Amino acid sequence: MKRLLPMPLLSLLLFAIWMGLTALTPGNALLALVLALLIPILIRRFWEPQPTVHRPLKLLVYVIVLLWDIIIANLEVSRLILARRREPQPAFVLYPLSLTEPFPITILASTISLTPGTISAHLRIHDGTLLIHALDIEDTQALIDQIRRRYEQPLKEIFQC
Amino acid sequence: MTFMPDWLAPWLEGLIAFLLVTGGIFAVIGALGLLRFRDFFQRLHGPAKNSTLGVGCTLLASMLFFWLQTGDHSGRELLITLFLMITTPVSAHLLTMTGMHHRLRRTERTQGEPYELGSERDR
Amino acid sequence: MLTWAFWISSALFTLALVMNFYRVLVGPTLPDRIAALDTMYVNAIGMIIIQGLWQDTNLYFEAALLIAMLGFISTVAVCKYLLRGDIIE
Repeated sequence: MKRLLPMPLLSLLLFAIWMGLTALTPGNALLALVLALLIPILIRRFWEPQPTVHRPLKLLVYVIVLLWDIIIANLEVSRLILARRREPQPAFVLYPLSLTEPFPITILASTISLTPGTISAHLRIHDGTLLIHALDIEDTQALIDQIRRRYEQPLKEIFQC
Repeated sequence: MTFMPDWLAPWLEGLIAFLLVTGGIFAVIGALGLLRFRDFFQRLHGPAKNSTLGVGCTLLASMLFFWLQTGDHSGRELLITLFLMITTPVSAHLLTMTGMHHRLRRTERTQGEPYELGSERDR
Repeated sequence: MLTWAFWISSALFTLALVMNFYRVLVGPTLPDRIAALDTMYVNAIGMIIIQGLWQDTNLYFEAALLIAMLGFISTVAVCKYLLRGDIIE
């Protein structure tokens, strides 16, 4: 089983994407199945093992929170752009990571870029720090606390690392 | 130009129209953000967020429209939205790094310092 | 109503593209231009999708997907080039 299906999630994703891109016919489903089984076996050797999702339900909650935050982020940045009078107060913030695995850090960095007024600027993985550029922030410590509470803790629980 | 089938319920039509116009507005605000701010790092924020949501709204409208009209519920547009949501942070990250590498000017109000790139730790 | 929505959102996307293009032309720095081009391709996807709706065809979907992929790859390639002077290390 492990040899035949090394990465079940990747297989599922490949199947879903192939079916999404083409029409829903039995032939396409067969082709998608073959590709979903074959590609993971072919690329297995290049693939570094990543931490697996331990709490799928938490992941779902995380995605929903993220989608909501993206909408809020847009409204907030729009307000800043349209408020012509006020100059924003930008900042570079050094965020100390408590995650260590590359894949969760990638998700965290992407999340930071998609959510209110922050963009992840640079990662030093050996130092365990992430540089963040914030568009309009007064209190940098509050931002760090918020990111830790809202995104990093759930990610830690999801990946159990 | 047969884009108004009779059976398309008015409120669904309204929803699609709303999504289209909202998408357009977000795109314009994102472009305004690109024009308005003083330094490069601030300018990145507008497009990185608003353009994505703008196009996301349009894609949602398109998906809804084709779903209602032809019964095609494959949701292929969601794939583009998903792809954009994955790629935008990556390109924003790389652009910021490029900006820091070129030591671009930033406004005096900026708190904190960007890195000086180029040391061995950044490899 | 839908006709109006098509007109309005096409106009808005066009306006956005024009503003982005201004940033591409004016600069003032190279990363600025890249960021503006990056935004332009995202907006171009929106434009193409609206055209597809307007003409009631699904054919533009592949074009939009291709623009999304190639735009991302080219942004990454140019950034990498500026960062390292090399695209593939």
